[in-house]
Amino acid sequence: MELVLAIGIGVMTGSGVWLLLRPRTYQVIIGLLLLSYAVNLFIFGMGRLRMNVPPVVEPGVPVDPAAFTDPIPQALVLTAIVIGFATTALFLVVLLASRGLTGTDHVDGREQ
Amino acid sequence: MADENLLLLLLALPFLGSILAGAFRSNARNAEAWLAGAVALCGLAITIYLYPAVDDGGVVRRQIEWIPSLGLGFTLRMDGFAWMFAMLITGIGFLVVLYARYYMSPADPVPRFFSFLLAFMGAMLGMVISGDLILLAVFWELTSIFSFLLIGYWYHNAAARDGARMALTITGVGGLCLLVGLMIIGHIAGSYDLDVVLAAGDKIRAHDLYLPALILICMGALTKSAQFPFHFWLPNAMAAPTPVSAYLHSATMVKAGVFLLARFFPVLAGTYEWFIILAFAGMITLTLGAYFAIFQQDLKGLLAYSTISHLGLITTLLSLGSPLAAVAAIFHMMNHATFKASLFMAAGIIDHETGTRDMRRLSGLFAFMPITATLAMVASAAMAGVPLLNGFLSKEMFFAEAIETHADSFLDRALPYVATVAGAFSVVYSLRFIHTVFFGPKPVDLPHEPHEPPHWMRFPIEFLVLACLVVGVIPGLTVGPYLHTAVVAVLGDATPQYSLAVWHGLNVPLIMSVIALIGGTVLYMLLKRYLSRCEEGPPIFRRLKGQRIFERILVTLSWRWARFVEGNLGTRRLQPQLRLLVVVAFLAALWPLFSAGFNPGLPSFDGLDPVFGMMWAVGIVCALAAAYQAKYHRLAALILVGGAGIVTCLTFVWLSAPDLALTQLLVEIVTTVLILLGLRWLPKRVEEIDAVGVTITARLRRHRDFAIATLCGAGIAMIAYAVMTRPVVDTIGDYFLEHAYSGGGGTNVVNVILVDFRSFDTMGEIAVLGVVALTVFALLRRFRPAADSIETPEQQRIQNAYDDAQPDRETGDTAREYIMVPSIIMNWMFPVIIVLAAYLFLRGHDLPGGGFAAGITMAIGFLLQYLAGGTRWVEERLRILPVRWIGFGLLMAAATGMGSWFLGYPFLTTYFQYLEVPLIGKVPAATALLFDLGVFSLVVGAVVLVLIALAHQSIRSYRVREAAKATEEA
Repeated sequence: MELVLAIGIGVMTGSGVWLLLRPRTYQVIIGLLLLSYAVNLFIFGMGRLRMNVPPVVEPGVPVDPAAFTDPIPQALVLTAIVIGFATTALFLVVLLASRGLTGTDHVDGREQ
Repeated sequence: MADENLLLLLLALPFLGSILAGAFRSNARNAEAWLAGAVALCGLAITIYLYPAVDDGGVVRRQIEWIPSLGLGFTLRMDGFAWMFAMLITGIGFLVVLYARYYMSPADPVPRFFSFLLAFMGAMLGMVISGDLILLAVFWELTSIFSFLLIGYWYHNAAARDGARMALTITGVGGLCLLVGLMIIGHIAGSYDLDVVLAAGDKIRAHDLYLPALILICMGALTKSAQFPFHFWLPNAMAAPTPVSAYLHSATMVKAGVFLLARFFPVLAGTYEWFIILAFAGMITLTLGAYFAIFQQDLKGLLAYSTISHLGLITTLLSLGSPLAAVAAIFHMMNHATFKASLFMAAGIIDHETGTRDMRRLSGLFAFMPITATLAMVASAAMAGVPLLNGFLSKEMFFAEAIETHADSFLDRALPYVATVAGAFSVVYSLRFIHTVFFGPKPVDLPHEPHEPPHWMRFPIEFLVLACLVVGVIPGLTVGPYLHTAVVAVLGDATPQYSLAVWHGLNVPLIMSVIALIGGTVLYMLLKRYLSRCEEGPPIFRRLKGQRIFERILVTLSWRWARFVEGNLGTRRLQPQLRLLVVVAFLAALWPLFSAGFNPGLPSFDGLDPVFGMMWAVGIVCALAAAYQAKYHRLAALILVGGAGIVTCLTFVWLSAPDLALTQLLVEIVTTVLILLGLRWLPKRVEEIDAVGVTITARLRRHRDFAIATLCGAGIAMIAYAVMTRPVVDTIGDYFLEHAYSGGGGTNVVNVILVDFRSFDTMGEIAVLGVVALTVFALLRRFRPAADSIETPEQQRIQNAYDDAQPDRETGDTAREYIMVPSIIMNWMFPVIIVLAAYLFLRGHDLPGGGFAAGITMAIGFLLQYLAGGTRWVEERLRILPVRWIGFGLLMAAATGMGSWFLGYPFLTTYFQYLEVPLIGKVPAATALLFDLGVFSLVVGAVVLVLIALAHQSIRSYRVREAAKATEEA
């Protein structure tokens, strides 16, 4: 399971980096989306992969930390997902504005 | 306790006044002056009230914890020496405010002036009463910044801008050195607390790092007090309004340097290095400053160089390291402040009433302004060191110290002669100031007809000159006890016996004084004719300008070198920058693995669930295909990215992260809608056309990028695999799991972390979200689509053409009707989605859900209405006002956090309780829920604002299109 996820993260990172280095703004935004999935999964994976142990405790019962998965990476990733949306929106608008101003969708604002 | 809090009030008042002053109307000269005057008077009253507490070595301290873990405290500490300075700052501050009321013209924007002036007063007070080294450095920098703002007050004037920038550059660099120096001293003493440091003098002087610390602190002090070779910023700072020159650049701020030297006198003084550095700088400044002052044609220039020279005198005295010299230095700080401030104000009056400060044009003003002239004469006499005035007393003390031997060296032996010559020079420029301006033939061709100023404008000078006289005649009865208080605070047990009498009998210092007075007068007689017509600046040195050297250095550094570096290493192209970033990140990750001998081990497929494997096979194909298609098939790429997102989301479900899965799914939806809205504005890209011009370099670039991408992917996969297969270590997660219910009142630990344990982080994050949404909104307000995307989209054209061809249809029918059924479903879903959002929100503390997820759900509810009915249809029926949602959310989160202050807990401490509600049962009622409500509201506002702003562009471009069509037809 770990291997599959690791390969998945790797492929997403690779695709993301490839797109990040492309000249068209749309490619870059798709690349950033893929990279953010990869990074979120990577951070999430730092808490190790466990099934059927969500970090929801039972009230009134003494808590055994070993019986639950690590909540920290999840909390980190949760906000990262929302912030990721915000940065995607910002980048999209910047690229649209740049396209409107310069008439091209090249990342440098002009064709090479 | 009352005294301690008064100290806090003393510091807070000017800053509060500054904020208030900035809010007045721009012509409120009187209101501003009343406010600033009241603040200064209150400060003065507080300082006077505190005198009994600091008398005879007493200290008032107010300590507030700042960053205890770093040993930093917000400590205020007033002793006798700080008290003396606080008196000068508030007292002269008050007089300057009074003077400025008449000096500033009604056309000047006074709120800015008084606001900066008060803020400076606060910063300067903070500097003198800091009880912590780092705090001292902070206030020190603040005084530099406000000095910069005040010098540049008339920013339409190029000289003011240049002078301000130069002053900031030099004092700022000095301040940086000072900070490092103070940190070294704090490190040696083991604490940044001033009391501890002052008691650790022997330890510091014996330490290896003493010399670097001394040099750095001297850099700070010498730049601030305009000592050679950093003196040249002060004359250029004279472009400031005269009240500023009187206040900052003669009485207070430039004294900060010598204040600092005196403050650390017991810690740093007495060594040979101390003597060499300061005596060298001080003696050169003393003579050169006085010499330069003689040849100035600008009144303020003369006073500026004279100030430099007097500061040099104080530095020289401090360099000697003997207690008596320190007494003289402290005494001269007081005296110089009184006579120099009054002289600056007199120069300002002359400038104000005649319209010029050029001494070649001024003469014979005595007949027009006899009172001002008399006052200026007395003050100049004090500056020249004429008996029966305060300047004479401290100068005598200086001469007496100059003839003593302290650290046997060439400098020490030269000092008596240097002192006498500098004394003679000061007589020359004082005489020149008085004789040129007030005597001689009547002035011709002045811009204004000269006359006496309003009485209250002259009052500050009258007061200060009276002080010079009284102190000069009966020193022991007037300043005696206060000077003693200040001296004891600096020297402690080492306080020497000294006498403040006017007459010490016929001794060597008196003879030196007489020589200086007579020599100076004779020299002035000889130079008089030359001076009345020579150009600005002294002979020989006229060509050698510190200012020009400074500017040349600046140009070399900030222009030539910067351009060289930019031209050779920089690029404006994004791709090389990103490539560099990626490669550096890759190497930075590789290096520690490589150097630590990392061995990933053989991968194994043990325990693989085939379904999970197949799911990821889909995810991998989606990611690769998206990368492949992103250039020419944007919609396909978007769908494929969505596929990868769904696989990510399912992974979260699979691996015990329901909250993440929920949020990921919802964000996936809004992101897709967002990019769909953006797609419309991108240019068409056709594969066949582009394929023609692919060059070899482009191909090579692709291969290289492919290699980089593959390496990065492989690397991250390896690290991820290595970490995930290692046994888990104890993390702070255990603490959160154990305390989520008992401490936070929720069973969903992820949510409790977000809204309770780490809620301050969350608050920062929602603030970022709000800022981004507003930025997007602001950017889109000025959005101009490219010409080729303004036209009606192809799909709509086809639909409209079909409508036109059918006799029973109107144009636009198809566009309206083609999603009739889904849109009715979407309309009907609206209340259901609202209930779903409320449900997700309420259960969030105990089960997967929470403010983020609920907020996005709610936003999707709004969006579906836009999709179903179109922008106009929705906005005719529903006013969403997303900016208010954002504002409410932030305020709600902050108010919840501040609520805990009232109960005596730190910011964002939560309180929870379970309430029994009839029918529903037990519901959690934690304040965290209110915080989560803030998160919810902000997320709704931000998401809706971004998407609606983008959606509105279609309407706007429709309008643009219609307008273009209308002009074409006309």
